[in-house]
Amino acid sequence: MELLNTSLPYLLPIVYAVAMISVFMGLCAYSVLAERKVSGWIQGRVGPNRTRLPLLGHIPILGNLMTGLGLFQPAADGLKFLFKEEITPGHVRKSYYYLAPIVALAPALTTMVVVPFGRYVDADGVMQPLVLANVDLGMLIVLAISSLGVYGIVLAGWASNSKYPFLGGIRASAQMISFELSMGLALLPVFMWAAAPGSEYGMSLFGVVQSQQSAWLGLWQPLSALIFLVALFAETNRLPFDMAESETDLVGGFHTEYGAFKFGLFFVAEYAHIIIGSAVFVLLFAGGWNFLPWLADPWGDGLIGALLSVGWFMAKVFFMIFFFIWMRWTLPRFRYDQVMSLGWKILLPVAVGNLVLNTFIIAIYDTLTR
Amino acid sequence: MTDLLFYIFAGITLISALIMVISPNVVNGAMCMIISFVGTAALFVLLEAYFLAVLQVLVYAGAVMVLFLFIIMLLDADKDASRLLKDKMTLAGSIAGFALLVVLVCAAFVGGQHLPEPALLPVMENPTGEGPGIPFTTSAKSFGYSLFTKYMLPFQLTGFLLLAAMIGVIVVSKKHEEPTGEKK
Repeated sequence: MELLNTSLPYLLPIVYAVAMISVFMGLCAYSVLAERKVSGWIQGRVGPNRTRLPLLGHIPILGNLMTGLGLFQPAADGLKFLFKEEITPGHVRKSYYYLAPIVALAPALTTMVVVPFGRYVDADGVMQPLVLANVDLGMLIVLAISSLGVYGIVLAGWASNSKYPFLGGIRASAQMISFELSMGLALLPVFMWAAAPGSEYGMSLFGVVQSQQSAWLGLWQPLSALIFLVALFAETNRLPFDMAESETDLVGGFHTEYGAFKFGLFFVAEYAHIIIGSAVFVLLFAGGWNFLPWLADPWGDGLIGALLSVGWFMAKVFFMIFFFIWMRWTLPRFRYDQVMSLGWKILLPVAVGNLVLNTFIIAIYDTLTR
Repeated sequence: MTDLLFYIFAGITLISALIMVISPNVVNGAMCMIISFVGTAALFVLLEAYFLAVLQVLVYAGAVMVLFLFIIMLLDADKDASRLLKDKMTLAGSIAGFALLVVLVCAAFVGGQHLPEPALLPVMENPTGEGPGIPFTTSAKSFGYSLFTKYMLPFQLTGFLLLAAMIGVIVVSKKHEEPTGEKK
């Protein structure tokens, strides 16, 4: 008991972190299912509907329903990745070949430490975020860690030591650099409004959500939201910008030479990036866990209120994940030079213009209201 | 706890920096440089300089090193993997550098001496603006506040320097065109 009391402050964060990783990995697995189901729906197919677990699948009505929805499919996919033969091509650079999938997944899992997913009211009646680490620099940390994610793709492309993966890796590194700029510039107006002088929050994501109690930032900063969203698609390597993968001209892109569980890690990393990206977009532009514009917080105090806020936030995140999938199966892929010219010639100037415009608006507003 | 973390991260930083210098493989070198940058960022975190730590990862490990890797891969610099010690000059330079390091460490720590500890400066009042000024904390806001008040001149000079460097890059990397050629 004595030992428990002393070790609890160290033990509890570990327990929280493990719990969050479990939930997050579950979300990743079911995003894959969502991708397959939604793509089936868009293309007039059914999608996965056959996988049935022995015991659960034979509950009278519920079992058939769960099988039809494909709820057991992620387990089957995971087992397939695990038990496939692990082929390592002879021409790869071994150590980096093994390192690359880890480097791809680790940053995606690290960023979730600073992403708040709900709020609760503590004993003093002060609203607090539900987050692993409520740090002042939340947004910057998300940008910094997620910018490390590109090394997974670049290393995979280089270590595979063959032409198509190499081209994929080169494209990924160029694309990341180009779109990171517009993404950062699109964020600046958000924080100029959200962290106005006198507010107690710096660049924390909780502060941004608290500043959206009346109007959501996406409503009156639509340009920033649009630029951020486009850059997000490019940074997560999703269609229409999946230049690193681009199976029509690069076979499988950076993961052509990967199979079995190592490919599975890349696959999970892609969905992890989508979920984190959706969560950050919801926090920045869609009000986080605030209910509706101008109707901020009907959740109430206590446990129920906290759970409701988490639920509403997750609902928004699920819609954003659906949006990502929807775009993938709606838009055709851009050509590589079109992606680069979009990034440098359209998004970047518009983002700079947006920043200058907002600076002027804030300056005029401050002068008039002084 | 903090001491232990310091030794771990300092070890990672130093060892990866050493490998970066002596590794004949260019990509190995670049990867070790990234690890070294991240280790430095961790050391900044231990100093409670969070903003600096995040910028270290964002700018150096995230952006600059991606460019490095991009160039290394594009030029395939891996081909001319050279030996560890190329010639006598490298050897002499390494020995001289190491000797200097030994002298420095001895002068700093051996014989009861230690590095002078700078006293913490008192928090400066806001020199220009009205109000009491904000206290010095580790938050980004406090950082930005002192950057735009007390250190405004160095800040602007740095900006000007960066602008000059940027213009220089554009001028140097621009293709030389004939005066009659169409403007691009």
